[in-house]
Amino acid sequence: MSPYVVLRVVSKLLIPLIFLFGFYVHFHGEYSPGGGFAAGVVVGVGVILYALIFGMEAARKAAPPYWARVGMALGALIFAGVGFVSLFMGGNYLDYTVLDPNHTYLGQHIGIVAVEFGVLVSVTAVIIAIFYGFAGRERTGDGAED
Amino acid sequence: MEPQVLPAALAAHAPALLVMIPLIMSAPAAMIKNGRVAWVIAVLSVGAALAMALEVFLATRADGAIWSYAMGGWEPPFGIEYRIDALNAALLLLLGTTGFLALLFAGPSVADEISRGKRSLFYSAFLICFAGLSGVASTGDAFNLFVFLEISSIATYAIIAMGWRNDRQALTASFNYLVMGTIGATFFVIGVGFIYMTTGTLNMADQAQAIAAMNGNRAVEVGFAFILVGIGLKAALFPLHQWLPNAYAYAPNFVTTFLATTATKVAFYVIIRYSYDVFSVHTGFVSNAMIWVITPLAIAGMLVASTQALFQNNVRRLFAYSSVAQVGYMMLGLGMATSLGLTAGMIHLINHAMMKGALFMALGAFALSYGIRRIDDFKGLGQVMPVTSAAFTVGALSLVGVPFTVGFISKFYLIQAALDAGWWWAVAAILISSVIAVFYVYRILVAIWVTPPGESDKAAPKRVPLAIAVPLCVLVLANLVFGVYAEPIVSIARAAADAAVYGGVTP
Repeated sequence: MSPYVVLRVVSKLLIPLIFLFGFYVHFHGEYSPGGGFAAGVVVGVGVILYALIFGMEAARKAAPPYWARVGMALGALIFAGVGFVSLFMGGNYLDYTVLDPNHTYLGQHIGIVAVEFGVLVSVTAVIIAIFYGFAGRERTGDGAED
Repeated sequence: MEPQVLPAALAAHAPALLVMIPLIMSAPAAMIKNGRVAWVIAVLSVGAALAMALEVFLATRADGAIWSYAMGGWEPPFGIEYRIDALNAALLLLLGTTGFLALLFAGPSVADEISRGKRSLFYSAFLICFAGLSGVASTGDAFNLFVFLEISSIATYAIIAMGWRNDRQALTASFNYLVMGTIGATFFVIGVGFIYMTTGTLNMADQAQAIAAMNGNRAVEVGFAFILVGIGLKAALFPLHQWLPNAYAYAPNFVTTFLATTATKVAFYVIIRYSYDVFSVHTGFVSNAMIWVITPLAIAGMLVASTQALFQNNVRRLFAYSSVAQVGYMMLGLGMATSLGLTAGMIHLINHAMMKGALFMALGAFALSYGIRRIDDFKGLGQVMPVTSAAFTVGALSLVGVPFTVGFISKFYLIQAALDAGWWWAVAAILISSVIAVFYVYRILVAIWVTPPGESDKAAPKRVPLAIAVPLCVLVLANLVFGVYAEPIVSIARAAADAAVYGGVTP
């Protein structure tokens, strides 16, 4: 048992709240300061805190470095994919209005939240990848291991 | 716009799709680990972008046709507008074609030069670079243009830094380019800022209207100067070309082939767009910049860079200096500020992509078989790889401007335009620069064909793979065919120049 019992217990309590706060920042981003970028940093910081307290090994198990690489690309895919969805629904590229044709503004809300979610995923993955890159001596997340 | 070659549902969104397909496909390419699958993804998405480019090219052929596409359904000038006329349609078609041919060549070349685990990420970065260049060429929004310029530049730094078989010099070359490219982009965005401050809009067509009404405004002129310097750096306008020789010499062969045929061209397009459409060449400030800044620098570039090429031993570095000189030819056409001059510049832009594409691709084939890049190592290549050497020779003769090649057509039109403007000294500069080109090309050709091979080297060559042979043959044939039957290229260039001079962005 490591001597840092207080740190372990407190961070165990805090990490879920950090994630929750990250998503709060994300979903509130259209109205108030926040949005996908800030939210992604907050979520990424949750993982970093976990790595600092419980060690790199545990963190690598919880959030594998390869996921970070996938996450970076996945975020971009979500963002650009929203554009293609609006194309398929008959609008121009990234035209959110067509996402919900029955309400005037709801489509815009859906579109912004979805696009920002892509940003969140990318930024979280990048933050984690940067942290792993600095924390581990060996290369991580760039596929050099195969 | 009427659908031309594609189904109507696709055709309606062609301007957005030609940028967005490569951009979105870069994500799956980065996710997978298999380099070959990533290559297939890249070939398919650039092929799709080429189809879209063909669509917009055919749709904007009519005189003065402009295809405006409102991103996200936000109408211009408030939203981001994609605005395509004959000028950028020609560029997009060139970008798609050369990008596609270079990418076919990439299959064997990248498999040889880039380490296994990095290939899929390499293709992902390439797709981002391609999407960025297409974005620069199709957007009608000044800030969007800056963003795409940065997207393409950052991806370019990454793929240059991969280096030829992990060559460490590529890292310094790429870092140099990163520093200079960032300065260039900063200058550009400062210029955009000045113009935004005075006109209150970022839409280029809207800016053009506002600028026409404020003739002699200092802030606007300062903005133009910043943009010219910033983009001049990206276009490798002499003396802002210092990043180019090393970047071309140490990058992977495929990257050099792609960049030499596209990257500086796109920057050249931005200069045309700004000096002819957003600003007007008829205002005193811009026409002074053309005559007293662009033209002298173009001629200095033609002469100095050609001379520097004479003293290079690394063949790719030699052709990199030659590229700087060729940018000089294009800039000279631009500097004449006449429709004829701009036509000549556009002809050379297209033709130069053909010749440098063929040359760098042949160098890639040599490198694949023997791993060589110094002139001394080229001894006797004509005996062991006769077909590739012949292809290289055609490209080299075209670069010099021998009749029946596209290089001759370029110089013919350029000289004609110079005489029309009464610039006999420009004609002299073109001729002198061509003579210097004869000398540096002569050094390589003698090594290939005349000097006997050394005793120890030149084991039986690997067969040149089909993926290199086919695009190389296409480019060489293009060099010859369009050298005899120049009409298609000339008409494309004339339409592009007319769009810039008479219409284009200015409503």
